[in-house]
Amino acid sequence: MASIPLVDMVGIDKSFPGVRALSQARFELKAGEVHALMGENGAGKSTLMKILSGVYSRDAGEVRLNGQPVEITSPRQAQDMGIGIIHQELALMRDLTAAQNIFIGREPRRFGLLDEGALNRAAQAIFDSMNLRLSPTVLVESLTIAKQQMVEIAKALSYRSRVLIMDEPTAALNDAEIAELFTIINRLKAEGVGIVYISHKMDEIKRISDRVTVMRDGEYVGTVPAADTPIETIISMMVGRTLTNEVLDIPNTAANPVALEVRNLNRGRDIRDVSLMVRKGEILGLAGLMGAGRTEVARAIFGADPRDSGEIWVNGKRVGISSPKDAVRSGIGYLSEDRKHFGLATGLDVRNNIALASLKRFTGPGGVLDDRAMHEVAEKYIRQLTIKTPSDTQEARLLSGGNQQKVVIAKWLLRDCDILIFDEPTRGIDVGAKAEIYKLLNALAEQGRAIIVISSELPEILRLSHRIAVMCEGRLTGTLPGGSSQEEIMRLATQREAAMEVRHAG
Amino acid sequence: MTDTAATPAKSGIRISGAFHRLLAFSGLIALVVVFSLASPNFMQTQNVLAILQATSVNGVLAIAATLVIITGGIDLSVGTLMTFCAVITGVVLTYLGLPLPLGVLASILAGMGCGLVSGVVIAKLKVPPFIATLGMMLILKGLSLVISGTRPIYFNDTPGFDQIARGSLVEAVLPAVPLPNGVLILFAVAIFAAFVLSKTALGRYTFALGSNEEAVRLSGVNVDRWKIAVYALAGSICGVAGLLIASRLNSAQPALGQGYELDAIAAVVIGGTSLSGGRGTVLGTLIGALIISVLANGLRILSVAQEWQTVVTGSIIILAVYADILRRRTL
Repeated sequence: MASIPLVDMVGIDKSFPGVRALSQARFELKAGEVHALMGENGAGKSTLMKILSGVYSRDAGEVRLNGQPVEITSPRQAQDMGIGIIHQELALMRDLTAAQNIFIGREPRRFGLLDEGALNRAAQAIFDSMNLRLSPTVLVESLTIAKQQMVEIAKALSYRSRVLIMDEPTAALNDAEIAELFTIINRLKAEGVGIVYISHKMDEIKRISDRVTVMRDGEYVGTVPAADTPIETIISMMVGRTLTNEVLDIPNTAANPVALEVRNLNRGRDIRDVSLMVRKGEILGLAGLMGAGRTEVARAIFGADPRDSGEIWVNGKRVGISSPKDAVRSGIGYLSEDRKHFGLATGLDVRNNIALASLKRFTGPGGVLDDRAMHEVAEKYIRQLTIKTPSDTQEARLLSGGNQQKVVIAKWLLRDCDILIFDEPTRGIDVGAKAEIYKLLNALAEQGRAIIVISSELPEILRLSHRIAVMCEGRLTGTLPGGSSQEEIMRLATQREAAMEVRHAG
Repeated sequence: MTDTAATPAKSGIRISGAFHRLLAFSGLIALVVVFSLASPNFMQTQNVLAILQATSVNGVLAIAATLVIITGGIDLSVGTLMTFCAVITGVVLTYLGLPLPLGVLASILAGMGCGLVSGVVIAKLKVPPFIATLGMMLILKGLSLVISGTRPIYFNDTPGFDQIARGSLVEAVLPAVPLPNGVLILFAVAIFAAFVLSKTALGRYTFALGSNEEAVRLSGVNVDRWKIAVYALAGSICGVAGLLIASRLNSAQPALGQGYELDAIAAVVIGGTSLSGGRGTVLGTLIGALIISVLANGLRILSVAQEWQTVVTGSIIILAVYADILRRRTL
């Protein structure tokens, strides 16, 4: 500990209008270490790192780089000091090529003009050093999110950063891509780069980081070694209380009527002969690896995508669903994995978001909306679902991820949807709020609603599901009882076509 | 899970991007073919030159608008700025009696200055481009009338001024092709703008701003400065348009100008430049401007009432944007 840390931030304060984002926050980073920064959403991690990278200015405190106090007033200045950041919301220009994105603001020039040849060669050299097969001249908009993430990393590397901040870099990556990323991180680490790693994913933190600093409510909680600290300890540092691992209580729903049944659903190569059913009061987990077709099945049931064939039965009656409107009329609600794009009108307030799918109910004579009734209903759901918001006139975008999710749930409950399909219900939601969402899903099931939960996180599937349907490559490979082991799920999730045929033959 | 679904073939985009440009171009060719078949007068050299001459002013304005629109902004002041520049030229040449080159310079500088002001209002004061340039449009309209005393300023005392647009350098070399200088100037402006867009940092930031302004800012680029530069460049180009129209009329008509911005924006949109920013080409805009003048000219030759010409132009704008939407859907 005698060596001078690469970065040392102490006593950092930062306020935004009406919010105290950071209070006496601190953070230390050594050269050649991966330092995880953890905390619930709103704990101040991103704000602290935006101060380090020159996006925000601090109100108080000191930032030292190699022991020298520095003022970082712009992203450009941070880059010049060797501080690079990969933002959580990808900061790429979709209409430009990969190489143009990487060198934006620092284009190689010849005779005052842009030198595209040099630009592309420089980008290619970075890709080569990353072992990344990508053409520098490809348009960013045509890349997958994962590849775009790699372009961001290439961009940060191009600054020869001594400090590299990664804000949830794996949120959109699959396992192979994560492994690739970790290889790159390890190489950078060996070169003496200090890496700040912001993530919610406990297993990743354990795998990649040396130390963990936890923040809560804008304050520093503590720093612990990653390897020797039990996950429960870190979580309790984050939430300020110890989480008890609740034992899954699986109700006996075998006698309940079937709420939704899907028979022989097909669409191209994405969905192949999928049949499943869920009873009233039951939570059906839909597990599988990325690209297994789970979201596709949900969207087909909901009428958001067309299907080639297949029947959908609701409460014992066959229903024709060819659009989301039909699905909602049949009482099916779908909560997309991408709340901001599909589930929530972020610019509208909580009240209007809740009422959005049921406006007809609030429309009085002459088409005038009954604002008072909407207010009362919104208040009812805010209480019932414990949505944390100052009032029902708060804009939805200002709520935390967990509370946004609750607003979407309220919207479908108000619309009398008794069959709810949740696609990644806790993505981007912090640990404390996750537990609340789980409790809410259980309560909804107890009230007799049928629930399908799609999740990429096995612990989540296991924690919630009364039954677990597993998909692989567009087909349903099996259904397991609740409480099955992760290994059993993984076996079905990786059961490819060839293996199936062998099993059927035998 | 959307991961695999959202992987479009790279080549697909290139092809469909080119497809749109091809669509506008084949639209132009189709119009030319139809009008030539319908009337023998259409393809007469005189008429073709008239079409090109008629395109020159709108074309130059549309190129100015293209630059701004690629940044994700809009410039409603291009028409009245053109008039303002013409009036300034009139003041310099006719009222002050200064030599011709100074008049040319004054027009371009006046355009640049006004563009600079719009740019500062948009970038520094954060006034939305639509409002800032709407205000600028009205301010310049008023100023033109005030400065000129609401009367046209004639250039009779400046010999050669009308030759800027109406003379023909080409004719001096090739007597058979009396291509007016105005058209040459349009081509020169187009080549210049295309060069700026593809080869200079200003061009790169023009696209980058329209694509994701926040990302550019986070990359440490001085976003405000470049945005102001784009509006200033667009303003200078409007100054060129001011010279063109003043030369063609041999006078600065202060009441002219309003409405030109809509023709210019129409040409940009028909040419496939996205109003949401990030993509667009000068070539597309040129084709768009040509489509508008070919339509106007052809329909006139066919004796279609002028009232109907605007109906057709309007429909074509909607069709062009719909084609763009269809293209995006195939992504």
